[in-house]
Amino acid sequence: MAQTFTKSMARNIFYGGSVFFFLLFLALVFDTESGLPQSDNRAAITDDVARGKLVWEQNDCVGCHTLLGEGAYFAPELGNVYKRFGNSTDAIKAFIASRPKEGVPGRRSMPQFNLSEEDLNAVAEFLKYASEINTQNWPPSIQG
Amino acid sequence: MKYQSQAVAKPYFVAAIGLFVAQILFGLIMGLQYVIGDFLFPEIPFNVARMVHTNLLIVWILFGFMGAAYYLVPEESECELFSPKLALLMFWIFLAAGALTILGYLLVPYAALAELTGNSLLPTMGREFLEQPTITKIGIVIVALAFLFNIGMTVLKGRKTVITLVLLLGLTGLAVFFLFSFFNPDNLVKDKFYWWWVVHLWVEGVWELILGAILAFVLIKTTGVDREVIEKWLYVIIALALITGIIGTGHHYYWIGTPDYWQWWGSIFSAMEPLPFFMMTVFAFNMVNQRRRNHPNQAAVLWALGTAVMAFLGAGVWGFLHTLSPVNYYTHGTQITAAHGHMAFYGAYAMVVLTIISYAMPMLNGRTAANSGKSQVVEMWSFWLMTVSMVFITLFLTGAGVLQTYMQRYTDNPQPFMVVQGRLELFYWMREVAGLVFLVGAVLYIISFFVGGEEPEQA
Repeated sequence: MAQTFTKSMARNIFYGGSVFFFLLFLALVFDTESGLPQSDNRAAITDDVARGKLVWEQNDCVGCHTLLGEGAYFAPELGNVYKRFGNSTDAIKAFIASRPKEGVPGRRSMPQFNLSEEDLNAVAEFLKYASEINTQNWPPSIQG
Repeated sequence: MKYQSQAVAKPYFVAAIGLFVAQILFGLIMGLQYVIGDFLFPEIPFNVARMVHTNLLIVWILFGFMGAAYYLVPEESECELFSPKLALLMFWIFLAAGALTILGYLLVPYAALAELTGNSLLPTMGREFLEQPTITKIGIVIVALAFLFNIGMTVLKGRKTVITLVLLLGLTGLAVFFLFSFFNPDNLVKDKFYWWWVVHLWVEGVWELILGAILAFVLIKTTGVDREVIEKWLYVIIALALITGIIGTGHHYYWIGTPDYWQWWGSIFSAMEPLPFFMMTVFAFNMVNQRRRNHPNQAAVLWALGTAVMAFLGAGVWGFLHTLSPVNYYTHGTQITAAHGHMAFYGAYAMVVLTIISYAMPMLNGRTAANSGKSQVVEMWSFWLMTVSMVFITLFLTGAGVLQTYMQRYTDNPQPFMVVQGRLELFYWMREVAGLVFLVGAVLYIISFFVGGEEPEQA
């Protein structure tokens, strides 16, 4: 680099630039927080949904599945599974409850989690809530 | 070795390499589960193998960063470490906490681990990369604070250099942003929004400061180029990293229930994120070309150059590939993401830790500057085997990802996820073979430290 560009100039760009863009980021975050109630489907968060999120987390579902595209890529996207299963929480519950304990020979299989009826219901309600978040029309196809 | 207390870096480096090998083994298990679906089922289901794989990665990289700090800060500060005893104590606490957590993942069902550790009191578990029990997370915070205190006091009492300052800034940011892992609201959108403050602001933010500082240190030592020149480059690189990377967080806010303007902010700023990595490549090659001496540890120089190139390819090029929102609409959460994740993490963070280990280990083992020529040849073989096989892992996953994106989302007649996965088997098999070559490379890396012989002449 040319001699006219000194180390202290580089340092000032680092500090000035980082602080400026971090503050700009915070401003955007602040604006997002005020806009979220319109898109995040918070009105649907019942006690059941909150419990369902905990069930989702405590069985590490995200270790195989994606949810709104985030997670592992070993098993189907579940952000829209409620819609893919014909807008039915019963279908979701039946699928989870029917997983074979010893798996399927040669194939990937979801483990049998032995969820209680309440937990099963809660996680299905949670997935219903997730499917009604405004995701800018993502995923592009119903297959997730 | 100029200062006695630098020796505490050694256990950190040894643990890092050991956990690295374990991480590769679990990667191979998962790779096999992709094609032989019931492999090790139900004993080690995929999600368990995956959290072991990714958590080991995080832990060994953190061991590497801490070892790097303990090695380079005394030398930069020109004084002994504030407390080598505290550093050793923290090593054992971190290793024990890490080992217990991994054993917990493997020995009891995850839901039982959650109950055992009282997750419902303060639920933080079960989110990608943050699967650790809350108690482990608290342990990580304590270790990080003790570590920062130790390094901070050393920096304060000694010579202040740009390298130690940038390193300290990066490590402080690492500790601060980790605190967001304790924020887990019922609102899924908010949970995801702030989850990225740990994940993105780590790897595309403050970790780049740590990466830059370690690389700059090794380049000063191995090329003998004037410190003023290297420090100026370091400032420019980290300035670009944060200017593009902070708002670049927006590329994670396209489809998770956040306002649509993030598609503009995220696309524009993250499209510039390759710039600091490109600068890093130019920087590393320039410094080596302008070297004032030929350092006897040529393996370390190779690792340093390799880090810059692979970080640019993995983080820069493969990141850019799917960062624009119209592209990401189709590729989000597919094997394209996995491809990028593998090369970026290897290229930027695994390689920089292997670089500092390669540079420091001969001295930690009582040599003047380098391992024997024979040992370095083995080490260079390990460099090429690991690096080339990681390029192939990335290419195979990219092929799988392109096909998956097309068949599952882009075509007029989208197919179900599992049908598409069946069609990708060939790519997954080739990825697994490349993974085996990678393991051979890692084993050679370890072997290279045990090849004896005289040091090459200091040129």
